[in-house]
Order: sequence, then structure tokens, then C-alpha cells
Amino acid sequence: MELIIFITLLALGYTFGQIAEKRHYKSIFAREKQLLRIPALTIKTMPREGMPVKGDLVTGSVVISIDYFKRFLAGLRNLFGGRIKSYETLLDRARREAILRMKEQAAEKGALVIMNVRLETASISKGNNKRNKIGSVEVLAYGTALSVNK
Amino acid sequence: MIITNMEQVPGKNIVEHFGLVQGNTIRAKHIGRDFMAGLKNIFGGELKGYTELLSEARSEATDRMKAQAEAFGANAIVNVRYSTSSVAQGAAELYAYGTAVRVE
Repeated sequence: MELIIFITLLALGYTFGQIAEKRHYKSIFAREKQLLRIPALTIKTMPREGMPVKGDLVTGSVVISIDYFKRFLAGLRNLFGGRIKSYETLLDRARREAILRMKEQAAEKGALVIMNVRLETASISKGNNKRNKIGSVEVLAYGTALSVNK
Repeated sequence: MIITNMEQVPGKNIVEHFGLVQGNTIRAKHIGRDFMAGLKNIFGGELKGYTELLSEARSEATDRMKAQAEAFGANAIVNVRYSTSSVAQGAAELYAYGTAVRVE
């Protein structure tokens, strides 16, 4: 009985996880193209002093979870060591999503560029119980959106 | 109140420093959200409830930082940083800090 539940969970995780990931990547690519006009820079200082601009803090955050199948794979990897691809894509998606949300906020303010972008990652887990452990991460992106001062 | 994570305020000059200002908040998740998160744990995907919870909490921390800066008589906060840490099981601390300044 336990085995049946386990296999069902794996299958569910695999199918829905794959669909969700593909859909997410598709939307990320589309929105990244759209928001290409607002570059996110990690430099701290203004290129030129005395420009008539104003700055606003913009943030974007996302909490994203891994599916059952991938968590199982990652658990196997723990035994042998090596690269855990499933977590790589999870974090990649989370970071890009957070940056996109930050850019969307900047676009609403009519910003030209985002300066001093910082990314922060925090893992959110539910407890020590291995079964209940949530393999989810929060990524926060923040920076200063510069727009022309009218 | 201008908040920025750059070292100077774009287009303005800093005339006075007031030192560090900070704001924090600790939030726990509630059962309904945890249940949904448990489901998402199987299927994968975004945990919208948590995203909302955390960004809400973060703006609360920012507001506390702002209130502190206002009490000093500052009109801007520069070099703002955010940090997250988990203090207890199921609870997260969100912390915002920066330097309060007066700009002209």
C-alpha cells in the first residue's frame, strides 16, 4: 500500500512538475524579451553625476517549490554525489522570475534602468521531518529604479 | 521618504547622516497556507501564499525602518539591504536596514 502511494506521488510529481516547469520557462522567455528595454545593472555608482533622475527601490520576490519526483531524484543524488540538475533549474527559474517581477514593478514606474541589483536566496523548510520537508526557496531581487525627474 | 539601495540618492546631495536604521518582523505560516504548500510539494510550482506572506512581511519591516528614520528627522534612506533568516521552525525573520540621511 505504501509503495502504491509512493509510486502515484512520483508519477503525479513527474507529470505535473514537467508541465509546470515547461510552462514557466515559456512565460519567462516571453517576458524577458518584453522587458529587455529595462536593463538590470549590478553597478553601484551613477555613470555621470548630476543627471536629473530620481531613484525608487523596487523589489520582486517569489517562493517556488520542487515537485515530488525531482526531490526523490535529488535524494538519490545525495547518495552518489554530483550535480543535482533538478535543483539547478528550480533556482534558475526562481531567480529569473524574481528579476522579472522587479522589472515589472520598475516598468510601472516608468523607469529606464535598475541599478545596484541584489539577489537574495532563502530556503524555507517546514521542519525536520523528512517526509514533510518542503523543498522550496524564496528569491528576492531588489534594486534602485532610475527614472527621469520631471 | 526616498528609499534606495545605492550609496547616494540619485539627483540629490546628502547633507547629513543619521546612522543605521532598521526594521524587522517575524512571521509564522498558518495552517491553510501550509496545507496548500503540502500539495504544491508534490506537484511543484509557485507557492503564492508564501510569496504574498513574505512580501507583506517585508514591506512591514520596511515601514518600521522608515518610521525610525522619520523619528530621526531624515528624509531618505540609502544603501538599504534586506535579509531573511529562519529563527524557529515554521517562522521566518525579515530584516531591512539602511542608513538614514537628509538630502537636498
